[in-house]
Amino acid sequence: MMPELGHYALVLALALGLVQSIAPVVGARTHDAALIRLANSTAIMQFAFVAVSFAALVICYVTSDFSVATVFENSHSRMPLIYKFTSVWGNHEGSMLLWVLILSLFGAMVASFGGNLPATLKAHVLAVQSWIACAFYLFILLTSNPFLRLPQTPAEGRDLNPILQDIGLAIHPPLLYLGYVGFSIAFSFAIAALIEGRIDAAWARWVRPWTLMAWIFLTLGIAMGSYWAYYTLGWGGFWFWDPVENASLMPWLAGTALLHSAVVMEKRNALRVWTILLAILTFSLSLIGTFLVRSGVLTSVHAFATDPTRGVFILAILVMFIGGSLALFASRASALKQGGLFAPISREGALVFNNLFLTTACLTVFVGTLYPLALEAITGEKISVGAPFFNLTFGPLFVALMLAMPFGPLLAWKRGDLLGVAQRLVAASGIGALVVAVVFAVEGGQSVLAPFGVGLAAFVMVGALVDLTERTGLFRLPLTTVRARASGLPRSAWGTAIAHFGIALSMLGIISAATWGTELIAVVKPGQTVSLSDYELAFDGLIQRPGPNYSEVVAKFKVRSGGRTIGAVEPSKRSFSARDMSTNEAALMTRGAGQLYLSLGDAGNDGSVAIRFYYKPMVMLIWLGAVVMMLGGALSLSDRRLRIGAPKPAAKSALAPAE
Amino acid sequence: MTRKQRRLVLIGASLGVLAVAAALVLSALRDSIVFFNSPTDVVEKHQLPGTRLRIGGLVKPGSVQRGDNLLVRFAVTDGKTDIPVRYQGIVPDLFREGQGVVAEGKIEPGGTFAADTVLAKHDERYMPREVVDALKQSGHWQEGEAKASGSAVR
Repeated sequence: MMPELGHYALVLALALGLVQSIAPVVGARTHDAALIRLANSTAIMQFAFVAVSFAALVICYVTSDFSVATVFENSHSRMPLIYKFTSVWGNHEGSMLLWVLILSLFGAMVASFGGNLPATLKAHVLAVQSWIACAFYLFILLTSNPFLRLPQTPAEGRDLNPILQDIGLAIHPPLLYLGYVGFSIAFSFAIAALIEGRIDAAWARWVRPWTLMAWIFLTLGIAMGSYWAYYTLGWGGFWFWDPVENASLMPWLAGTALLHSAVVMEKRNALRVWTILLAILTFSLSLIGTFLVRSGVLTSVHAFATDPTRGVFILAILVMFIGGSLALFASRASALKQGGLFAPISREGALVFNNLFLTTACLTVFVGTLYPLALEAITGEKISVGAPFFNLTFGPLFVALMLAMPFGPLLAWKRGDLLGVAQRLVAASGIGALVVAVVFAVEGGQSVLAPFGVGLAAFVMVGALVDLTERTGLFRLPLTTVRARASGLPRSAWGTAIAHFGIALSMLGIISAATWGTELIAVVKPGQTVSLSDYELAFDGLIQRPGPNYSEVVAKFKVRSGGRTIGAVEPSKRSFSARDMSTNEAALMTRGAGQLYLSLGDAGNDGSVAIRFYYKPMVMLIWLGAVVMMLGGALSLSDRRLRIGAPKPAAKSALAPAE
Repeated sequence: MTRKQRRLVLIGASLGVLAVAAALVLSALRDSIVFFNSPTDVVEKHQLPGTRLRIGGLVKPGSVQRGDNLLVRFAVTDGKTDIPVRYQGIVPDLFREGQGVVAEGKIEPGGTFAADTVLAKHDERYMPREVVDALKQSGHWQEGEAKASGSAVR
């Protein structure tokens, strides 16, 4: 009953989606307010139906209804409840349903909270949103139906992939999808603006909060995914430049550029055409990411060619939306009037610099990710493009970006004074240079790049603080004035400084963990002690422990530092009988911002076990930095200007407001 | 500056950054990519010792020997040719005899492949794609496995 209900609800959502795809556009053409208003209700009802469909699938999983094919393949009756729930999206079909759930949620949110939008703009936005939704409803219903029944009900499921039986699966994909799919709103706004052929600063003000929200979720989603991979894969890496990771990094880079160019458009009414293009590109990269991950093209170009239904369907969606939107852009962009003028050295100029480097960095990631696929499809030659490629290409571009970062917020709009800004950054540069010298001296010249990187991170951090002290007049003005200025400072200014501080924190963590991390691989016997850095590890022995749907071998260790026992760690290996697989559960111990990381290798016959033991100084800063970035974004999102919404546009719409 | 001049500055700067990026990408592609070979390819193409490459195939049953200090020796086979591999470290959890494996490293003058990275399949349904292709080429591929690997697409 449940699967049929879910299936039926999804078909109804598709029907509503088709209505919403056409009615508001016709309404906007014929000035029919009723047709325009219809989009509000269909958007909310679409979300309701997709939610019913999703809830039905959740019930199938939670009650372990193995008559449903996807439940049988990805669940097990003895799994803990939380994993029964998260395995809903631990597979292709379910994760696509989560995708459209979030897509329809954003549509419903525009319908509910977009009260101050001009009626026709809102109608077009909802229509475009619905085009995307319909394409993906069809994709699910025709190629990836999660509700398909099996002819006979198996007694037990085949279990969720043990690597996915982790709390990370509960957090990472939903956050990532909120980010990916959130950019669809910016895309819909861009297409709506192109259809209407009219765009102004108010447009940017409406788009910015949605973009910012998507960016916040994507930032957090990527960071969570990185931390999950770090603790679950057992060898302490936090970023692998894997195509699947790159698929999420590309929309993040383009989205970050979009956030910055939308500021220029909002404040100065410039860069309009570019901002529209970026909005289209950002969501296009989200679609490309979905294609890369969901079509199977990464697993094998050949598997893709032999079973292409899903891949070709997503590819068709991709070509239709990216091609269609770019064609529309090409035909309409010239009609959009150019905005305000600015000198190359100005806040606008700095934001253009930011955009130039972010999009170019995004392009290098794009090339590195797709070149191996293209080469294999064309010549059959198989290559792997790994970290060295990205370090050589992405690295220098990002360094340039970080170098320029503190200058941007200090430059004035329209025409800036580079010399004046440089003078205000003297302290920051001095501290940066000092840090380079100190780090270089302390580590004894092992690496030249690392001290420079740490100095750069310090420069950006102090630069972000300088931005705040300049704006509040701290150290220059009396304290009461400073307090008044600080409370009068827009939250977006705080947000900028905090987010810039956050990226520098992440950079510091990456450099430190990659350069000064130490590693020990050894075989230990019970009673034996090994040491690494300032830490000693005493092995007490192995014990067996049963789990709900696995059994595990746990190794007990005591950690000592400076002659004192500071704690115990218990890395383990779990074997899952249903899939004949095992997972490695690394043990982590946080020391300040650094971490001790211990994972197990094979056990010997004499009670000994192979271990990998890492000390990663300041590694937590990588993810802490992302959280700080997210907080900066959230603070900016709560800015009064965005909460209250945009003022009424200059040209009054001919239609009555939608509500 | 006129609007036209400003636009020229902007376009010039963009092209400059793009040119730098293109140069970086091209040089990185020349120096840092790694080619994949099956054991037969390695022998037939006479890969020079010292070149960095990836080899893939099955871990030959009965070939795994463990030495001191986590030294592992095994042979990678595609059914036609075997390549002896030496690796020091902890092999992945799913490294087993008769299973798919990809090793990255260099060929030593004696013909042994010194691996610094060993990757095994991710789960019982997944086989590294290079391995599938290598096995298909040498005719050691059963269609039952093809179905299994097709499901790994998800």
